[in-house]
Amino acid sequence: MEYDIEVTVNDVRYKARIPASFTLLQLLRDVLHLTGTKEGCGIGECGACSVVFNGELVNACLVLGVEANGATLRTIEGEAKGEQLSDLQRSFIKHHAAQCGFCTPAMILTAGDLLRRIPTPTDEQIIEGIAGNLCRCTGYEAIVDAIREVARDAKGGAK
Amino acid sequence: MQSNVRSQGWIGDTPARSDGPAKVAGTARYIADIAFPNAIDASVVRSHVPRGRILGIDFDPNFDWSDVTIITAKDVPCNEIAEIECDQPALADDQVRHVYEPIVLLACEDKTKLQRAVQRVHVRIEQLPALLNVDDSLACNPLVLGKDNVMCSYRVVLGDAKAEIERAEVVVRGMYEVGHQEQMYIEPQGCVAYWDDAGLHVVGSMQCPYYVEKALAHALRLERSRIDVTQSVTGGAFGGKEEYPSVVAVHVALLSKKAGRPVRMIYERQEDVQATTKRHPARVTVEAGCDRDGTLRGIAVDILMDAGAYVTMTPVVLSRGVLHACGAYRWPTALVQSKAVITNTPPNGAFRGFGAPQTIFAVERHMDRMAEAIGMEPMAFRQKNLLGIGATMPTGQVLNGSVGVQECVQRALEKSDYLRKKSTLGKANSPAGATKVRGVGASVFLHGAGFTGSGEDRLKGAVELDLLKDGHVRVRSSSTDMGQGTETVFRQIAAQAAGVPFENVSVATPSTAHVPDSGPTVASRTVMIVGSIVESAAKELGERVRNEQQQHGGSFAEASNRLLEREGTVVVHRRYAHPAGVKFDDATYTGTAYPAYAWACDIAEVEVDLDTFEIDVVGFWSAVDVGRAIHPVLCRGQLDGGALQSIGWALCEEVQWKDGHILNPRMTTYIVPTALDAPPFMTDLVEEPYTFGPGGAKGIGELPMDGGAPALAAAIEHATGIAFNRIPMTPERLFDAWNESQRERR
Repeated sequence: MEYDIEVTVNDVRYKARIPASFTLLQLLRDVLHLTGTKEGCGIGECGACSVVFNGELVNACLVLGVEANGATLRTIEGEAKGEQLSDLQRSFIKHHAAQCGFCTPAMILTAGDLLRRIPTPTDEQIIEGIAGNLCRCTGYEAIVDAIREVARDAKGGAK
Repeated sequence: MQSNVRSQGWIGDTPARSDGPAKVAGTARYIADIAFPNAIDASVVRSHVPRGRILGIDFDPNFDWSDVTIITAKDVPCNEIAEIECDQPALADDQVRHVYEPIVLLACEDKTKLQRAVQRVHVRIEQLPALLNVDDSLACNPLVLGKDNVMCSYRVVLGDAKAEIERAEVVVRGMYEVGHQEQMYIEPQGCVAYWDDAGLHVVGSMQCPYYVEKALAHALRLERSRIDVTQSVTGGAFGGKEEYPSVVAVHVALLSKKAGRPVRMIYERQEDVQATTKRHPARVTVEAGCDRDGTLRGIAVDILMDAGAYVTMTPVVLSRGVLHACGAYRWPTALVQSKAVITNTPPNGAFRGFGAPQTIFAVERHMDRMAEAIGMEPMAFRQKNLLGIGATMPTGQVLNGSVGVQECVQRALEKSDYLRKKSTLGKANSPAGATKVRGVGASVFLHGAGFTGSGEDRLKGAVELDLLKDGHVRVRSSSTDMGQGTETVFRQIAAQAAGVPFENVSVATPSTAHVPDSGPTVASRTVMIVGSIVESAAKELGERVRNEQQQHGGSFAEASNRLLEREGTVVVHRRYAHPAGVKFDDATYTGTAYPAYAWACDIAEVEVDLDTFEIDVVGFWSAVDVGRAIHPVLCRGQLDGGALQSIGWALCEEVQWKDGHILNPRMTTYIVPTALDAPPFMTDLVEEPYTFGPGGAKGIGELPMDGGAPALAAAIEHATGIAFNRIPMTPERLFDAWNESQRERR
């Protein structure tokens, strides 16, 4: 059975007709061709498909596409403002927090979600916050450094 | 005139990595992200038994096969995957030799139907007795290979070690075991193939495009000029994409030829964990003798590795294990014997470290046992016996430079405050009834960079550098970037040697139609070996432009443009040759095993919870002699990431088997470290330059995999009194060992 859905991704409205069995990940990658969201396992274990769904971080492989009907989503493609990379993106570059880069889009969205909930996290909170996103390259050190710096700068700016 | 060239040079600087912006923006195109018009998806029907005779393949007559492309063994022009040997078929024909072995390939436009089609193929197999582990194999129960099931064997002899051990004042014997390890790159294996008038094109996630080209040429009986293999952005590899992509590539090429359209195969995670290569498990027996003052007398090591069902890279993995088995110490006599035996389990293959982590775990644990036997502090015992300049290694190689191991040990001891912690923490200093105990442990190790023995001489890896308009330079090489930063460091090396700004150097996408064969991207050889010819080629290219400048004036850019106009193309080609005096005899296993070694000392501090038996790594110090860090931040990234893989292997990563099947082929059952499991890394770079490396650099990609496990074992021993000789050291195993030790005390 196929369903018509409407979804807003990164402020753009899309209409699509998808089978009931399609996951949100398939909707994003195969139908909307937003391939910045990655599939590392397809069963909610690696976190590489994390996206923001109505303000909440989810694994796109664990949500059905039809559940996204009427929803507002943010993916890595919406992280930069035009050519202007976000603070997190720039900090990830600066700290070399991306090696192979496959976990990076989801890691950045996860970090963004963390900083929205906890604007000035401790290191423990950063580590806890990204614990659902596997990275096999970096040892996580550079990722934590990158997130910490964005949080610190935001704090400094708020003074 | 030199205003664009930084006075301190590009080597040692930390420019942003070339692929950073695309990776953080999500626009980097991995194989599953690239649109191939008209492409269809593919899947594999695999064996469900470890060993058996294929009686027949039945395709359900009630299923509509009209739009499904089917390939079986009889469709393969030459049914062999060409690697070191050609023993592995592209598809099992009359026999299966391990669970998950590919038997039938299917491709279909409708992905859902493809999944159903896989279920509708029934392979009739008469099951035969199988070798499920090395003990079955050693017992020849059954015999499946040669006269003893042994796939390969190497031996290193220095003096009469047995006699010298017998004469030593103290003799220590031990046996050490390590298990399989899954690479668990986050991007699964994947390739796409398509055909056109030029021939076959394969694009995919891989380390070694020329390995893939060789396998395609062999299996499809194609001329190499009719094949183009291109690496797509690769989401991690760690050895797991060294030889295995050859299998995936051959599969999609066969399907695409038959289907007449592009075919894409992206592995499911479970399939990837089950079917692809893993680190070789090993059992290492060590007997060594020393005198009471700590003087080493001799060592005898016996290595047994589980090769799995096919050869893949086993001979070279075993060889590297052999050559690292005596560790970083001066042994006046040594005898290393080894063999790898066949089993009916999925073939084991390349994984960062490539045999060395297995034997270094053994020798480092053994050094701890010897220190205990003579009542010396383990690090004092090691320091007394460290290799240094002028020392002879077991193959007779005399170290003639770039040995920073003593400095590494000193720095790591200081920064970690090891000696104070050693005397104040630990089981002996914990109050009775304490629920949390701390301990520290250390390891010292080395890793040879480049191919083993005469490998680099046979390989003669090549690069080409092009002069482009306005004085820009392009590096063409088959060395791939799978995350480690190859592209960025090659740009730095070429910029410095050619005397041009970093921004003016580009690196071509590795594609066999456009880049020369630089050799595979493995063996910690990219920076040190391939980088050295990038350096010398760039130097020559820069000199040619500057000669033109001297003769006819103008800027570097203007002189470049004149040269290009006059000569059409300006290309410098370089082939690698070992420095004079680097010779290895494969027959006797003597000579220079590696042109240079990177050295390191790891120190781990752990806290063990005696209620839950969780092991928390609270700090990890590493001092590493890298020769010269081309890019210190990328270099640290390799060291920290590699160290965490070794911590995972030591504490939680374990492949569980039953009847040749993997019981835990998932990321929640095969546990790799999360951010919560990662300790703070205090990584210190020591720079003892290697004369023939670019800027003095040595290869360090694999080194950090070698030292974590033995350092953690020593730290856990300090904290709990329990000496593990086997990894992983899981809470369950610690719980059992602790209970046993408590019983013994009563």
